[in-house]
Amino acid sequence: MLEVRLFATLREGREKVYFLEAEKYKVPADILDELKIPHEEVAITLINGRHSKLDTSLKDGDLVAIFPPVGGG
Amino acid sequence: MGTAYNGKIARINLTTGEIKVEALDLEMAKKFIGGRGLGTKMLYDEGCATVDPLSPENKLIYLTGPMTGTLAPSAGRYMVVTKSPLTGMIASSNSGGVWGVRLKHAGWDGLIVEGKSEKLCRINIEDDKIELLPAEEFAGMQSEALDDKLKELYPKCSVLNIGPAGEHQSLLAAIMNDKDRAAGRSGVGAVMGSKNLKAITVTASSNTCQVTDLAALKASSMDCRKLLKENSVTGEGLAAFGTAVLVNIINSTGSLPTKNWQESYFDKADDISGETMKDTCLVRNSACYGCPIACGRVVDIDGKVVGGPEYEPLWAYGANCGLNDLKAINTANMLCNEYGLDAISTPCTIASAMELYQRGYITEEECAGVPLTWGSSEAIMEWTKRMGEGELPLAKLMADGSYRLCEHYGHPEYSMSVKKQEMPAYDARGIQGIGITYATSNRGGCHVRGYLISPEILGLPEQLDRTTTEGKAKWAMIFQDLTAVIDSMGMCLFSSFALGAPEYAALLNAATGTTYTPEQLLEVGERIYNIERLFNKAAGMKPEDDRLPKRLLEEPIQNDLSKDMVSQLPVTLPQYYEARGWVDAFPTQATLERLGLAE
Repeated sequence: MLEVRLFATLREGREKVYFLEAEKYKVPADILDELKIPHEEVAITLINGRHSKLDTSLKDGDLVAIFPPVGGG
Repeated sequence: MGTAYNGKIARINLTTGEIKVEALDLEMAKKFIGGRGLGTKMLYDEGCATVDPLSPENKLIYLTGPMTGTLAPSAGRYMVVTKSPLTGMIASSNSGGVWGVRLKHAGWDGLIVEGKSEKLCRINIEDDKIELLPAEEFAGMQSEALDDKLKELYPKCSVLNIGPAGEHQSLLAAIMNDKDRAAGRSGVGAVMGSKNLKAITVTASSNTCQVTDLAALKASSMDCRKLLKENSVTGEGLAAFGTAVLVNIINSTGSLPTKNWQESYFDKADDISGETMKDTCLVRNSACYGCPIACGRVVDIDGKVVGGPEYEPLWAYGANCGLNDLKAINTANMLCNEYGLDAISTPCTIASAMELYQRGYITEEECAGVPLTWGSSEAIMEWTKRMGEGELPLAKLMADGSYRLCEHYGHPEYSMSVKKQEMPAYDARGIQGIGITYATSNRGGCHVRGYLISPEILGLPEQLDRTTTEGKAKWAMIFQDLTAVIDSMGMCLFSSFALGAPEYAALLNAATGTTYTPEQLLEVGERIYNIERLFNKAAGMKPEDDRLPKRLLEEPIQNDLSKDMVSQLPVTLPQYYEARGWVDAFPTQATLERLGLAE
């Protein structure tokens, strides 16, 4: 199982958290396609807290956090 | 040929009542720009590094930058420069709103306030007229109420003042302006209180600002506005969610300090996030003068509409106190604004008191009916109020910050501070570069003296690996130097999410007639960073003051997202000194000569 958390504008029209079958999603890009999130809307993808790319391999039990471009201080 | 400087400073002596108009040294301004840089050079030359910060000998410099109040975007800031009573070193605390712009438009680059008034007083400025007036009738007034009161006297003025915390010289006292904007850090409000100065009102009937090349400034300002608008952070993200959006991001990296940094992940972070704020209590966003970013929050607390918390107080009252009650945090943040308290150091000090209470050093009896329990809404609101009032013995102690509090109980290691100023909301164990900037910040624990969160977390201008140390020393130095430039120009640091040294150079050159290349401008920033360091050296700073709390070096993070990480500062600090041309925390003679600072 993968735990996928969405933040900021990516929550609009979607849930905050999804639990997805790990075997169906090899990389974060597959998750975006499933949730109909345009890739260009994503700025930061964390897998288990580490910055990752949309083609980084996923494994069962991963926590995936996805953010649009945001900043602060 | 005109420049964006008015060329005029007022020196106001509160002991004698004398008010003198002095010419701004334009050659010096070219070398140090204005605001933070020029203010520090002026304070250093005035001999304030060695004075008691709360004595009449200390001086308060309120200084605009050359861009303040011009048509450049996000250029509404002024800087308060003084010797900090919290750190004993340089304080340069800046604020937005409109007060600095009014001062500039009234014809002044800045004010030097010196001496001490016998009784509570205030300053009123209307264009070139400056008057010193009694203010005893306003003693004890809260900041926002006084703002309203003074506007009855001067309907078109902008108000800067201190609240009760500044009057009782809390070392966490802020200087407030335009109600909810604050020059918050390093206890600058206590210096104002020590001088018996309650408020400065400014009215500008026109705009005296000139610039050297108006056409060039219009063109470069337009370029910058376009960049700010097109950038997804400054164009959309900050307006929609404010800085508060960082709560979830930082927590998702396992680097959100929790319960006074005993933990680094808060399982209820979403309850205090920018997303939840937007869904529950956000009324609208707000902007400082001339700022297209508009990151400010306005929130509703049971029908009362007030300035809302930034990311820092959301974290400091929230995760750092183990609390997920957004309404209580909004209220405590409002109390900081009303009493005139630093909304970072105040909650961080409450968090350190909660740890002292957890460990049994602070007793139930000392808590006077409001136990300092993790996650207590009542505690954060009541103790903020008590610190603002400064009457209860424990509250009086807490009002001087976590270092003095924890030292009093024999455990300074529970103060999560650098140079006695509380650190902000990013755990330097999970994010390696930011720890270098905390340790070497000239004003003590601070995130806006080299915001490496931008590359290490947000991927701007490029993504760095937060967990490694390679190259971070150099990044820290460049970010510190560019920040010094932006702070000295009178612009907002947030503009740097979209703008870089070439854009800042174009704006400054058009406004003042300088011919800086981006590289030369960064060298000006380096000069500013080094003059601050010289000030600190003269003030008695020691190499061991460039340090992080023991907890960050010896207690690894436990959560899975940053598991087993500690700060690698012992590795990066020597690299940083080498990059800077410093030995044992201070610039070498060769470095000083290269930067034109050799005496």
